[in-house]
Amino acid sequence: MTALAARDVRAVPNAGSASPLLVVEALTKAFGGQIACRDVTFELWPGEILAVVGESGAGKTTLLKCLSGQLEPDSGRIALTRRDGSVAELYGIAESERRRLMRTDWGIIHQNPRDGLRFGVSVGANVGERLMAVGARHYGEIRRTVSEWLERLEVDPARMDALPATFSGGMQQRVQIARNLVTGPRLVFMDEPTGGLDVSVQARLLDLLRSLAGELGLAGVLVTHDLAVARLLADRLMVMRGGEVVELGLVDQVLDDPQHAYTQLLVSSVLQI
Amino acid sequence: MIPVVDIRGVTKRFRLHNQGGVELDVLRDLDFTAGAGECVVLAGPSGAGKSTLLRCIYGNYQPQAGQIFVRHDGQPIDLLRAHYRTVLDIRRRTVGYVAQFLRVVPRVPTIDVVAEPLRRIGVPTEAARERARVVLSRLAIPERLWSLAPQTFSGGEQQRVNLARAFAADYPVLLLDEPTAALDPPNRARVGDLIHEAKRRGAAIVGVFHDPEFAELVGTRRFDMAPLARAA
Repeated sequence: MTALAARDVRAVPNAGSASPLLVVEALTKAFGGQIACRDVTFELWPGEILAVVGESGAGKTTLLKCLSGQLEPDSGRIALTRRDGSVAELYGIAESERRRLMRTDWGIIHQNPRDGLRFGVSVGANVGERLMAVGARHYGEIRRTVSEWLERLEVDPARMDALPATFSGGMQQRVQIARNLVTGPRLVFMDEPTGGLDVSVQARLLDLLRSLAGELGLAGVLVTHDLAVARLLADRLMVMRGGEVVELGLVDQVLDDPQHAYTQLLVSSVLQI
Repeated sequence: MIPVVDIRGVTKRFRLHNQGGVELDVLRDLDFTAGAGECVVLAGPSGAGKSTLLRCIYGNYQPQAGQIFVRHDGQPIDLLRAHYRTVLDIRRRTVGYVAQFLRVVPRVPTIDVVAEPLRRIGVPTEAARERARVVLSRLAIPERLWSLAPQTFSGGEQQRVNLARAFAADYPVLLLDEPTAALDPPNRARVGDLIHEAKRRGAAIVGVFHDPEFAELVGTRRFDMAPLARAA
């Protein structure tokens, strides 16, 4: 499959979306008195990618865990818009609905494919089980859809019955992404998704994620150390330090005209972005 | 004439926190307009704030004071007070910006790099690629390069790919920051033709051009700028 074809994903109209997917207000989380995230406020709309940068310990991962339903914040509010347009609190809905949301409507792409894939079952089963979670039952149909998604991520569908461990790290990462995207989620959380990859693979994945955002209206929260990745992939950039947001704006506003001393230091410390 | 870009009292200052908190005043209480069908040439020595002004109009630099109105869907919108989603929409549909260097996702074929701004406003893939082919031809990028990623191209070729991106989309406002610096005379002339056509269709163009002859050729009006320290 060529790079050109990879961008030919089916277009779903998402223009004119009237409501944000996620509204986060004053989110705060501490671990035994140690603040991990304080007063984080932002909104995320369909088709938008928000990059979160900051040094280790800045609170990025805690924020991502709170947002993705894995860790309840101490205070603040995370409001989500469901597919039917109704609004609910992420930690106000039943545990079962939250789990269903994470299995179908939202996705999490971990930095390490080991955290996002089940290594005991085949690559095809890893991708297919998300489909079964949304009610797909027809074996042939599931295999066909899985095969299409593997192909879209340039994983040879002929190998779908092989175990993940027989694939390279870059290929595992593609499988993890296919697993997350197969159900047509509206929002994906990504923790350094291209961190451990060859730069050539990284470029291909950036292009794919960008196309999906532009054409399917996929939204994303991307935690990264790499300002160049943030510049190319994200619409907005959040800079965190010591658990607080020191700057939030359009990605080029923050990188080209950083206001905060810490952001200026960050931007002036990289070779070229 | 109703201005398409209307800037009132803009002040832009940079504070360098990690260099002793130095403050650099670049624009002070600046007024500026650009109307449909004109190409305003920003003139002045380096350090006069020409690129800064362009970046303010793109909503990239955030001035400390003033208003920057851009006509978007017939309405003047103040970029400094607009919601970020409105600014993104203005960039998608109204304001195109050609920086000095091409900055795009690696490994994406040139044709898709050029078609991308059109895809983002909902033009179907094939129609967007067709328009990209037309503009790439106009800028004399050889057809054998279209399927290759532009990162390995020469400086002049990359600059023309960058220009093709902006001219493919027929933006009502075009901001050009030294778009011809790396181009030879025949290619400069091709860019000149595209600028003339954009003026004829009613685009408001604001440009910085290193070459005074080229500025003379495409400009309809000159806007003189001077570094503040010397002007004060």
